[in-house]
Amino acid sequence: MTPILQIQSLDKSFGGLHVTANVSFDVMPGEISAIIGPNGAGKTTLFNQITGHLRSDSGRILFNGQNILGHSPQRIVARGIGRAFQIASIFPDETVLDNVRIACLSKRGETRKYLRAVDAFTEATDDARAILESLGLSDQAERLAFELAHGDQKMLDIGIALALRPNLLLLDEPTAGMSPEERLHTKELILKLWKEFDLALVFIEHDMDMVFGIAQTVRVLQQGALLAEGTPEQIRANKEVITAYLGEEF
Amino acid sequence: MTNDTARRISATSLWTIIILIFALVPIVTTSAYKINVASHILVWGLFAVSFNMLWGITGMLSFGQALYYGLGAYSVGLMVDYLGSGWFLPAIALGLVMVIIVSFLLGLLVIRVGGVYFTMLTLAFAQLAWQITFKWYDFTGGDDGIQGIIPPGILENRIVYYYFVLVIVFVSIWILKRMAYSPFGLILRCVQQNPARVRFLGRRVRRNQLRVYMVSSFFAALAGSLMAGVDSSIHTDMLFWTTSGEAILMSVLGGLNQFFGPFIGAAIFILIEDNIGARTEYWPLIIGSIMLVMVILFPKGIVGEVLRLKAWFGKNGGGRQP
Ligand SMILES: Nc1ncnc2c1ncn2[C@@H]1O[C@H](COP(=O)(O)OP(=O)(O)OP(=O)(O)O)[C@@H](O)[C@H]1O
Ligand SMILES: [Mg+2]
Repeated sequence: MTPILQIQSLDKSFGGLHVTANVSFDVMPGEISAIIGPNGAGKTTLFNQITGHLRSDSGRILFNGQNILGHSPQRIVARGIGRAFQIASIFPDETVLDNVRIACLSKRGETRKYLRAVDAFTEATDDARAILESLGLSDQAERLAFELAHGDQKMLDIGIALALRPNLLLLDEPTAGMSPEERLHTKELILKLWKEFDLALVFIEHDMDMVFGIAQTVRVLQQGALLAEGTPEQIRANKEVITAYLGEEF
Repeated sequence: MTNDTARRISATSLWTIIILIFALVPIVTTSAYKINVASHILVWGLFAVSFNMLWGITGMLSFGQALYYGLGAYSVGLMVDYLGSGWFLPAIALGLVMVIIVSFLLGLLVIRVGGVYFTMLTLAFAQLAWQITFKWYDFTGGDDGIQGIIPPGILENRIVYYYFVLVIVFVSIWILKRMAYSPFGLILRCVQQNPARVRFLGRRVRRNQLRVYMVSSFFAALAGSLMAGVDSSIHTDMLFWTTSGEAILMSVLGGLNQFFGPFIGAAIFILIEDNIGARTEYWPLIIGSIMLVMVILFPKGIVGEVLRLKAWFGKNGGGRQP
């Protein structure tokens, strides 16, 4: 089976700061995996490189075996990579439904319809409602997005990404800023979405309960370099990872 | 969904009332002056609504829509002046074609620079066009403008021309309203709120900005060309920055976030100008004071505040108001 995503010797520096240092790894289709590492390790930067937000200095990024390095975010999205952001990236003054619906319309190539009311696009609307149902946001569909609780805004961000029907979904700290109960709920929900939408899913997390609870593979970044990669058991037992990041209690 | 339907019905009935009022003007009054004021409200209403597609909906504050308003007016004025009154309607069409081309080329340029630079650059281009028109006396009549622009055939009749304007204005506003609530309109609002996310929907931000810039300019030019027949004359002021500024003021007055806000704003602005301007030359001071009060006390504009009151009394709060 060819990997869905191949990162090969990827590099990125900001001035003198080496933020991505010779990183290589493969993500298999249908895999759920985590990226962990201390603050400033370069996790978000790596996502930005994959999704075309940042230019890479050197290396290769292949998606389904084809190069995507140097492509615009628009093209990369069209290829099937979805993304939710560390700080929820939503459309605050639109309804929750419209936030997801615009993504559904975009996926269907219906955003260049100038004279038909959004409500008249029944397939996109049904699709959006189904996604809200999966996210547990159905009863808030008509509210404006900025009125949602913080955790729900993060879920909505994921919903927008899912609406584009990606094959690979990148989530940047999905539980950041959540209460312990919300984290537990989000963990279950992400596991459910992963199965339901038949995705390869890569998430960045600081919540170790979630990382070791649902990831099949864990990768550890430190100062831009891939320190370790393996199953949760392997990572938990890795001496280097323990000293660099996890600490003794693991 | 019921809430949705309810507010759509109320928006529709509001439009029906507005159209009815304007349709009745020539019937309840024979005053050519009053019909002229009503025409001004219609034309400025269209201009302001088209401007608000840019600003209120997409978040692009152009200070130069007078350029297109003036281009529309001058293509009619010049062609009628040089070629005769029979060219009135073809001149409107030709002016619109020209504006499609100009707004496309200029749009490519001004949209590259965002925010306040966009505002300044649009202002600069409009002022440039004003300068050229002003200076090129032999061709444009300079500061004298062009008089005696008589529409052809039955349109020469004031009342027929009034209904001609009325139909074009409301059909145009209807088209713009459909656009504002189409997927295209939704993308435009998303561009205003979170352009980075729009890119990550696989949509191009600048391309959509260019589209709405062209749409807005097209209807601004249509408004300008209609105005040439309303007053039977055109003037360099139509290209001056104050014309762009008035569209901004009307939008703020009526309410940026309401689709028909700018139309109501235009009506109130012109009625104030007409009633107070007749009594005192200090009317700009009065409109200035009103604007100040509006912005400080009622930032949502007249229509926005009325809807808020209604929602408050009706306790059906929340949601977007069309
Ligand atoms: N655009 C940029 N210009 C300069 N430096 C940057 C830029 N983006 C990130 N950095 C720096 O690169 C380093 C890695 O940042 P990054 O956001 O990738 O970290 P992270 O692993 O996601 O951290 P966190 O867990 O806090 O989110 C940091 O030191 C950051 O200050
Ligand atoms: Mg980060």
